Amino acid sequence: MQYEAVIGLEVHVQLKTKSKMFCGCATEFGADPNTHVCPVCLGYPGVLPVMNEEAVRKTILTGLMIGSEVARFSKWDRKNYFYPDMPKNYQISQYDLPLCAKGLVEIKLNGGATKKIGITRAHLEEDVAKSFHFETTSGVDFNRAGTPLMEIVSEPDLRSPDEAFAYLTALREILISGGISDCDMEKGQLRCDSNVSMRPVGQKAFGEKVEIKNMNTISGVRRALAYEIQRQTAALQKGEKVSQETRRWDDATGRTSVMRTKEYAHDYRYFPEPDLMPVVVSEEMIAEIRKLLPELPEAKRQRFVKQYGLPEYDAGVLIASGTLAAFYERAAQGSRNPKAISNWVTTELLGKLAEAKKTIDECPVKPEQLSELVSLIESGQISGKIGKEVFAEMFAGGKAASLVVKEKGLVQVSDTGSLDGFVEEAIAKNPKSVADFRAGNKAAINFLKGQVMKLSKGKANPQLVGEILLRKLEGG
Amino acid sequence: MAEDTNKFDVSYVAYLARMHLTDAEKEKISAQLKDILAYVAKLNELDVSHVEPTAHATPLSNVFRKDEVQPSIDREKILKNAPEQVRDLFIVPKIVE
Repeated sequence: MQYEAVIGLEVHVQLKTKSKMFCGCATEFGADPNTHVCPVCLGYPGVLPVMNEEAVRKTILTGLMIGSEVARFSKWDRKNYFYPDMPKNYQISQYDLPLCAKGLVEIKLNGGATKKIGITRAHLEEDVAKSFHFETTSGVDFNRAGTPLMEIVSEPDLRSPDEAFAYLTALREILISGGISDCDMEKGQLRCDSNVSMRPVGQKAFGEKVEIKNMNTISGVRRALAYEIQRQTAALQKGEKVSQETRRWDDATGRTSVMRTKEYAHDYRYFPEPDLMPVVVSEEMIAEIRKLLPELPEAKRQRFVKQYGLPEYDAGVLIASGTLAAFYERAAQGSRNPKAISNWVTTELLGKLAEAKKTIDECPVKPEQLSELVSLIESGQISGKIGKEVFAEMFAGGKAASLVVKEKGLVQVSDTGSLDGFVEEAIAKNPKSVADFRAGNKAAINFLKGQVMKLSKGKANPQLVGEILLRKLEGG
Repeated sequence: MAEDTNKFDVSYVAYLARMHLTDAEKEKISAQLKDILAYVAKLNELDVSHVEPTAHATPLSNVFRKDEVQPSIDREKILKNAPEQVRDLFIVPKIVE
């Protein structure tokens, strides 16, 4: 029998706010353990949580971006459970009245077709602490506890690991474009759980559902789902039943294993949070937030392709971050070769940034400076190879391209008088290559060309060198 | 849940609260809880069809704070309340799930 997968994803996103959801502690990542804590986020008795307005607004903006119905009345609930990562023994979350209901995220399938994935809801809650496990004990760092966390739940509309991958990629791009979150999975800013079940093709009813946790990268999600689909299909084909359970993905072994079965499923006993007043969202508030709506990633990608003549792939790399896209647009402005600018940004610039472990915001080269460098190459004043050298210098010292070229005397040598000398020297020093060329091995000229470039320290105009060499070799 | 006061799994409620009860305690508490639920169920006699459901007694909403960082509490002070501490972490019995 043929089976198909039914997949739904639960995505948790840490919102990009300066302070926590219900107290003024900083949300900054990487601080020393337990330095960003206070009685509120440590769950001391008698404290009063107060909502961070920015977190509520970012959740509403997300709702607007994914076409949700933004609730006019929303409230908070306590989700009760015992676990050391949650010192109050409950997590403040939203149960029956989330800020956003319904919505759609459009994904691109292989081959270019698109598919709309339904969103069930998006609600706001507080993140929990981070725990570390030792031999006989566990240690808890509460810095993360209380960070604004948005949970986005998809409908079971996904049918394959690739669709899940495309959905997460699209959702991530949307969240980044709206400045909702940096979505850095390594920092745990975007986390994902998945529900997957199998059913015979053509059957409407869902099969027994398995929840997978602990997938830490978008490609990890794809691999975990592929494994789980294969595991469940094999079981069904042998006539076994799939049991409803929660499984943990182990990225190292590439397998999932049982965490808990249905009998131990949590009973969270939600009830309204008495310490927090409800959120009433007015038309004015929505109108105000609507003004912050960014150009959505898919629209931006299409515009980049059209306006700058870029391949889809390049456009995708550039729009992956709002600041990178903005950098590119400033550099491409007025350039005669926006494609060349894109090449420089996506290879040299991103390469150097990664090497220096810097973000685009910390880039020492300004967009206008990159633009100038590219036009120096375009106009033939320096070669592409020298261009890379100049770029490295610009990156190291923040100097303008023309200044580096001038200081280092890197201007391309295009006058035949000076080039003649180099060419003659190369011919004199390499009689074998000259003989090869004259014997009919035309490729030998490339070696000689290389020698001339070396003698000129890379400054010779390669096209001119070729012409002069040819003239001298054929003429002599 | 107040509708059916006779059906009450005291063992389950005790498990959720991480309480370990003897059989005698279970019997005693079960009877007490039934009384409490029956008492609360009296509220069902009120006609509240014209009252909006609410979780609060005060008609307040949108009690916000600006997204501004306030100083946190000194770690040394905070860790004084830890049952045990190692490497500036709160140490708890090993958590495995």
